[in-house]
Amino acid sequence: MKDGRTIRVLIAKPGLDGHDRGAKVVAWALRDAGMEVIYTGIRQTPKMIAEAALQEDVDVVGLSILSGAHLELCPRVVDELKQRGVNDVLLFAGGIIPTEDVPALKSLGFAEVFGPGTDTNRIVEFVGKHVPRWA
Amino acid sequence: MDTAEFVERILSGDRRALARAISHIEADSPVGREVRRQLYPRTGRSQTVGITGSAGAGKSTLVGQIAREEHRRGRTMGIVAVDPSSPFSRGAILGDRIRMQELTSYPGIFVRSMASRGNPGGLSEMATGVVDVLDAAGYDVVLIETVGAGQDEVEVATAAQTTVLVSNPGGGDEIQSMKAGLMEVAQILVVNKADLDGADTAVAQLEALRTISGIRAWTPPILKAVATTGEGIADLVDAIDAHQAHTRHSEHADSERRELTRKQIIALTRAELYRLASETASGSQMLDTLVAEVAGRRQDPRSAAELLLDALLREWAANGGD
Repeated sequence: MKDGRTIRVLIAKPGLDGHDRGAKVVAWALRDAGMEVIYTGIRQTPKMIAEAALQEDVDVVGLSILSGAHLELCPRVVDELKQRGVNDVLLFAGGIIPTEDVPALKSLGFAEVFGPGTDTNRIVEFVGKHVPRWA
Repeated sequence: MDTAEFVERILSGDRRALARAISHIEADSPVGREVRRQLYPRTGRSQTVGITGSAGAGKSTLVGQIAREEHRRGRTMGIVAVDPSSPFSRGAILGDRIRMQELTSYPGIFVRSMASRGNPGGLSEMATGVVDVLDAAGYDVVLIETVGAGQDEVEVATAAQTTVLVSNPGGGDEIQSMKAGLMEVAQILVVNKADLDGADTAVAQLEALRTISGIRAWTPPILKAVATTGEGIADLVDAIDAHQAHTRHSEHADSERRELTRKQIIALTRAELYRLASETASGSQMLDTLVAEVAGRRQDPRSAAELLLDALLREWAANGGD
């Protein structure tokens, strides 16, 4: 709860990898922490993700990428969000992302990048702490 | 954003304002209430459709296909997909979009996932508000999808002008739907997954049930569909249109609309009473005392509830009914 309302999170998998175990584990953890999690399934285009974020009015967008294409996909998601005026969401990423790529994602606006083996409690805590307030 | 700006932007087709207004309505915030009040005079132009049926009946896939068909017919559509909240954490996984994500490429289609949030009477109050805003925003069709389990969920689907009940072959659904009373409230019956064995039996069972449920001004058609391939979807949309035309022109249309409105006002009153009672009772010592009394078997729960209600009514009267 933030400002007395329920936190809404979009968990999305852009690109072509079809493994969504990690995304689902994160979704369940956030749900168990009392959040409403919209899960859109695998193989989403940046456009689909941004459109879902807009229609669902989520506070948070989490991207799960295991394909190695994060440096191509993340900027495109950010760009599609901006085009739609969705500029007040908390962004985070997870999956197989080499540490040397983390600064590039952070400069794009991703507040955090979670690697394999991350304790889900850390993600829950992170979201609860950084979720933006309503304008 | 203040209320006036919300209203203006929603009416001008701003989807971001629409999405945020829906969040306000879900939170039942003061802004949400005021937006609803101001937009209400603009409602009543959309076709409203409720889709219900058991979990796994293929409702989301069906809704995705209906949306494609409506799009083909040049109509815009707002979709509200309701999933249950966890009774433990109050959180929810909302997964209906998985079957509808391709719809994001249609500019005239707006999909919103909604968690039931678990207040008695609160779901239909919330859902009706969201349907109204989509209606005011100018969508030609507003469709709401719920699992047909539980009073609240059924109430939501039946608050729409046209209610579609989705079932499957071989589900042994006959007695189940009689128990739930769903037959009486549905205007269209669909046997989805009709490519499976037993589809004709399922249709025959529904026909038999339809016969027992008596003669009504509108005879619910029984349709077969295969949502995964799109088979039967055009017929379903035709049937929805036919029922809408029927309600517009039937001599009962007016009394039916009034009946829906009456139910809605009662439901809202109930939700408001529930909210007031929970708010007042949660901070009161009296509730703690009663809990101890009941737990110790010195008092029965109903008498305790009556005592609490008496106290609440006295308190509200003393506060000038506020």
